[in-house]
Amino acid sequence: MNTSPIHHGTNGESARLAPDLLVRMHELMLQTRLLEERLITMIRQGDGYFWIGGPGEEAFNVPLGLLVHKGEGVAHDYLHLHYRSSGTLLALGAEPIDSLRQMKSVKADPYSGGRNFVGHYSVRTWNVVPISSPIEVQFSMAPGTAIAQKRAGGRGITIVQGGDAGTAEGDFATCLIWASRPGNELPLLMIVTNNKYGISTPYSTQHGEPRISDRGKAFGIKTASIDGNDPEVAYVELKKAMDYVRTERRPFLLEASVSRLYGHSSSSGANFVEGEVDGLARFEAKLVERQILSRTALDEMRARMTQELLVAYQKVKQEPAPDPSSIWEHVFAEKNVVGGGAR
Amino acid sequence: MASMVQAIRMALHVGEERLGVTDIFGEDVGPPLGGVFTATQGLRTAWSSPLDERGIIGAAMGLAMAGQRPVAEIQFCDYVYNTIDLLKLAGGLCWASNGDFNCPMVMMTPVGSGIHGSLYHSHSFDATATHLPGWKIVMPSTPRDAYGLMLSAIVDPNPVMFLAPKALMRVKSLPGEEIPGEPTDDKLLAKMIDAPLGDRSAWRPQWPDTADLFIPIGEARVVRVGETVTVVTYGRMVAECAKAADELRDEGIAAEVIDLRSLHPYDWKTIKTSIQKTNRVLYVNEETEVTNFGEHLIRRTVDELFYELHAPPRLLAGAFVPYVGLAPTLESASVPQRAGITQAIRELSQHRP
Repeated sequence: MNTSPIHHGTNGESARLAPDLLVRMHELMLQTRLLEERLITMIRQGDGYFWIGGPGEEAFNVPLGLLVHKGEGVAHDYLHLHYRSSGTLLALGAEPIDSLRQMKSVKADPYSGGRNFVGHYSVRTWNVVPISSPIEVQFSMAPGTAIAQKRAGGRGITIVQGGDAGTAEGDFATCLIWASRPGNELPLLMIVTNNKYGISTPYSTQHGEPRISDRGKAFGIKTASIDGNDPEVAYVELKKAMDYVRTERRPFLLEASVSRLYGHSSSSGANFVEGEVDGLARFEAKLVERQILSRTALDEMRARMTQELLVAYQKVKQEPAPDPSSIWEHVFAEKNVVGGGAR
Repeated sequence: MASMVQAIRMALHVGEERLGVTDIFGEDVGPPLGGVFTATQGLRTAWSSPLDERGIIGAAMGLAMAGQRPVAEIQFCDYVYNTIDLLKLAGGLCWASNGDFNCPMVMMTPVGSGIHGSLYHSHSFDATATHLPGWKIVMPSTPRDAYGLMLSAIVDPNPVMFLAPKALMRVKSLPGEEIPGEPTDDKLLAKMIDAPLGDRSAWRPQWPDTADLFIPIGEARVVRVGETVTVVTYGRMVAECAKAADELRDEGIAAEVIDLRSLHPYDWKTIKTSIQKTNRVLYVNEETEVTNFGEHLIRRTVDELFYELHAPPRLLAGAFVPYVGLAPTLESASVPQRAGITQAIRELSQHRP
């Protein structure tokens, strides 16, 4: 019996996923989109100081989160993400209201206690290492968790993700080098979500390489460039890459083309951008066409989630700000909390 | 009696055998070389990394977050500058995540002048290091302190910077400052733990059974007791200040010399108690003088002890020029020398309000 959610066609047609998985992916993609739109509304209403996020990346980031072997410590996957990763976090099981809390800078923000911008997650119990604003630094840190996992054996892998513009930083080269040291190849999945822009600067004006993934080839790293706006393609290709890294204990470089539907951040207006592929809308049309979900069901789902987010927003609005004296907390750690209590 | 570099090596051995150190790494750190100063020879967990300082610091952070216990070396602090944002992140990891993560790593790097190191082997790093909250910073002046501070750095749940004065790497302890358990015979110790010249592939060190000597981070050491002037220093300048104090005894000037040992957190209590006794203070270090760590100490001295001072607090530090030049005349004009220290102490002791 085939228990895999992926059903491969017998005569060359593309892989198809089980309907319940498609429904689950869609639900998370929609929830991610509505969360980002709620966050944008909040910034417009003065309920936050800055917005940055990942509307347009749901079709890739949701499958990623669903495929992660979630947990704490080297036996589970480590995630070195960036500030467009809300879809991955929701797929892991994060509560949307917690992103509203980070946007509103309230004390109850579980990711930073009101200290950091929205989308800057930190979830130790899921191996989500703190996301920071500097571009590409996560590519220098990722080899560290991967070295620990290589040593531990098992099936835990390290996943690092960043955008296309960031690959110009030396940290990207660092990751390629450290992931592929002869005899010390690392179980490290490098992901580049390519939205073709660094803030306002087009990729095509700064990069001579047609495909970022090709840069892995010089290091003997397996690579792929995929359509990250199609969640079925993303799921299948991510699973292939992750299975390879998990079992072979070697690196893989995956480049996914994605959209940036509301621009770079609130600094560039956070207005809907015409002309970009909307992976969610495209997926919904496909689900309707295949009679997996009806338009009515989609509309109801959207209305329900929108309402839930509104209620969550009204709750967060009442929550207290962090105490001024809390700036002195956690400058130093009193004890080790990392490593799943290994030490 | 161990030299400082041997003391560091023995501490790292204790670290990997008894304190959970998993990785000692950096450029040329693994065999056959065992570090350009030989600090990592013969260590079980030592390995050589790519020539990539950002990768070294980043990997140490990742290892720490994955529950490992890394000691990362930057070959010379002169080459640590391209990792500043990663050092900032390591120091800020616990704060930024509101305590969700901590970052238990040690970054060790040789600092300072005194080996005719020219422009890029003479830098100090303490002014920049002390601008990075979330790091603990230690800087030993003796082999025993190097050993004990390294053990404390290894078990600390925070990132700790271990700044080793490179000019002191081959200097041995004075009698009475032994590491408990080390052989007293220098030649015997060298035979036991120094790699031989030539082919080392079959060589294995014989480690002496040294004790768990933890020198607490944040605790200064009074090197000379005196009542006339307080001299607060660290690293390579400690011995210079002690010699200056010894020379001045004949003039009836009794300088109290404090070796800070830890720059952050630092032992304000010891400094303050001493200044309240002497009413005069000189801060000495070899870092460039503008926004120097000693300036912070002067500010705090003025804030808290103004009415107890009988002379303006002074700082003797390196010239604020881009580099330390190679020619001995240039190097000695760039960093404090003993004659200058002696003169500064003398002037402070004679100052009348």
